[in-house]
Amino acid sequence: MPFSNTHNLMKMNFSAEQEYPDLSQHNNHMAKVLTPEMYANLRDKQTPSGFTLDDVIQTGVDNPGHPFIMTVGCVAGDEETYDVFKELLDPVIEDRHGGYKPTDKHKTDLNPENLQGGDDLDPNYVLSSRVRTGRSIRGFCLPPHCSRGERRGIENLSIDALSSLDGDLKGKYYALRNMTDDEQQQLIDDHFLFDKPVSPLLLASGMGRDWPDARGIWHNDSKTFLVWVNEEDHLRVISMQKGGNMREVFTRFCEGLTKIESLFKDKGHEFMWNEHLGYVLTCPSNLGTGLRGGVHVKLPNVSKHEKFGEILKRLRLQKRGTGGVDTAAVGGVFDISNADRLGFSEVELVQMVVDGVKLLVDMEKRLENGESIDDLMPDQK
Amino acid sequence: MASSFTRMLSSRNTAVMLASLGASALATGYLMTDSGVTAEQRMKMYPPSADYPDLRKHNNCMASALTPAIYARLRDKRTPNDYTLDQCIQTGVDNPGHPFIKTVGMVAGDEESYEVFAELFDPVIKDRHNGYDPHTMKHPTDLDASKITSGMFDEKYVLSSRVRTGRSIRGLSLPPACSRSERREVERVVVTALSGLKGDLSGRYYGLTDMTDQEQQQLIDDHFLFDKPVSPLLTCAGMARDWPDARGIWHNNEKTFLIWINEEDHSRVISMEKGGNMKRVFERFCRGLKEVERLIQERGWEFMWNEHLGYILTCPSNLGTGLRAGVHVRLPLLSKDARFSKILDNLRLQKRGTGGVDTAATGDTFDISNLDRLGKSEVELVQLVVDGVNYLIECEKKLEKGQDIKVPAPLVQFRR
Repeated sequence: MPFSNTHNLMKMNFSAEQEYPDLSQHNNHMAKVLTPEMYANLRDKQTPSGFTLDDVIQTGVDNPGHPFIMTVGCVAGDEETYDVFKELLDPVIEDRHGGYKPTDKHKTDLNPENLQGGDDLDPNYVLSSRVRTGRSIRGFCLPPHCSRGERRGIENLSIDALSSLDGDLKGKYYALRNMTDDEQQQLIDDHFLFDKPVSPLLLASGMGRDWPDARGIWHNDSKTFLVWVNEEDHLRVISMQKGGNMREVFTRFCEGLTKIESLFKDKGHEFMWNEHLGYVLTCPSNLGTGLRGGVHVKLPNVSKHEKFGEILKRLRLQKRGTGGVDTAAVGGVFDISNADRLGFSEVELVQMVVDGVKLLVDMEKRLENGESIDDLMPDQK
Repeated sequence: MASSFTRMLSSRNTAVMLASLGASALATGYLMTDSGVTAEQRMKMYPPSADYPDLRKHNNCMASALTPAIYARLRDKRTPNDYTLDQCIQTGVDNPGHPFIKTVGMVAGDEESYEVFAELFDPVIKDRHNGYDPHTMKHPTDLDASKITSGMFDEKYVLSSRVRTGRSIRGLSLPPACSRSERREVERVVVTALSGLKGDLSGRYYGLTDMTDQEQQQLIDDHFLFDKPVSPLLTCAGMARDWPDARGIWHNNEKTFLIWINEEDHSRVISMEKGGNMKRVFERFCRGLKEVERLIQERGWEFMWNEHLGYILTCPSNLGTGLRAGVHVRLPLLSKDARFSKILDNLRLQKRGTGGVDTAATGDTFDISNLDRLGKSEVELVQLVVDGVNYLIECEKKLEKGQDIKVPAPLVQFRR
């Protein structure tokens, strides 16, 4: 039975005004967009599986946000959430994804042949390359709302599909629930293991329920292709390797994803996708491609340049510390990846990363030699 | 606008939905379709056995009592407010427990939960409350403080005395399930009643949302302030939603009567003071509770209560009286005696550190309180604490003089 903390009939005895959340301290996309009128229009609706408006916004109500970081503040419980609650989610999507309109169409392109270059990023600077995305299985509720039976169903389907992969993609599944200590340690050493979410952003939306039931990690024998099952999305797919051959990473990524998709189709399942939102995932921030393609790159000089932030902005890239989204850079090494997810295809986004990182490394070399980089300043993409 | 996916909350279209679902699709178990699978369809696609939680690593009362058969019978039931069994047990599924501490592992979302899901609540209640059977037994309520005897402790040993309980407002959902409007209604009902208290009970409310920094600091200094729950036992049950909306603290001017609103229960009521006058603490407790009850009844409200479960609270461990009466007491010699635990056991008392339920004792000062909540009245429990603590102090005095002490005979559980 789908889970729904806020599916509570008694609240319908009270007016929309009495039920409206206090968002006065809040700074997230949901809080910026929601109005009492919108709340009144949507409060008595639910998706076919029973997901309500209050379910969508609970995480944004519970987590006011940070004065400097703008979180999304809402999640989807199933594919239909994006339709039933479009009055709220369309403006959130528009705000988060650079003005993407409800009438816009998203292009999907997973043909690695369309990528130009990308195989020659200087490994003296580019330490590793990685591309990740997520996929949801149509017909199942998403992590905030799925029942144990559904989650196990997703796990079984995933194990089935992944076990059919062969060649370079052949690998093994490790269920979180019955992992041995040795296996666990190896996965930690490989930096593959994911743990129960501690972020209140995730916990408040119900994604931590029943942990670690039906959660697991699959990876190929050469440890270059990794799939997370039932963490923040049904599937998170990651291709990675040391060095700067982003082309190889992206090629494996596309081939692996395409193979997995056809294996699912053989069994009568497809991924959640539509021509407006692209691939449908739990968090609106990951719609479209759900793709984050990035590198760990040494930029000690460029990062200190006064125009670093502006350069990244023009290249449509973002920087993070090498520990992930909330960390600071250590030793001049940055995680540089695409800032966008929706409105650009996979190839276009990885192209931006490849071209942008190439330029940043050129700038780094110039600055090392004490030369100016003014003539290298990019235009806004 | 009504898209094909939209359903109204109030309509339940089970028969039509199921009829529209082709038999072949059911047989394969999954659908490839553009329209969403409904909740009712999902119930059919996933029998209870598919949803049964994995409790092999679990050690809590819920996990000990739940069976696939019970789950199968209860999974598809709902309380009138639409609360489900899965929601009751979520906290117990998410928190396997500790090998040494047995947590309860389930909560109620509303008063009706205890009835609709009685098949699981009853054995849990029995397990937690020494064999009390809600089906056949009746719980006595007695808030007549005048019955307490010898309720003044030797203040050479007892540093402070305290009695707490909880109360729920009938007709409004409990913290795991309540909506924002219900929670605000609880706040309104209780704060309105409290504003009618007079004399030594007159006081003031501090809502968490609009407390000033100064007020907050004062409440921290007084050890009155409660914070957003961090314990996963509580957060997994949904009790921290919408924090700090409609949460607050009320206390009287003398700081001896304190109410927490919308923390783990609708209200938690605490009477306390420094020193050993437990009788006076309990007298104020009873007087305050009765007065608040009268004030809410004037406006047509009442507390959740019935003759089998006593006062209804969120956690089954707090049913009956919901009462914990205790002291901070110095027992430097007795606490080192090997018989200390057994003496406490037989007196139906428990020890905690002075920081609360999960803390260790510092030095020789302990928090000593009653173990039981259900099956004995408030007066009986407080008298038990009074008699028990007096006995502990006698033991301490004997040990001071070099005399030997006796382990008392175990107390009777409750009258049948």
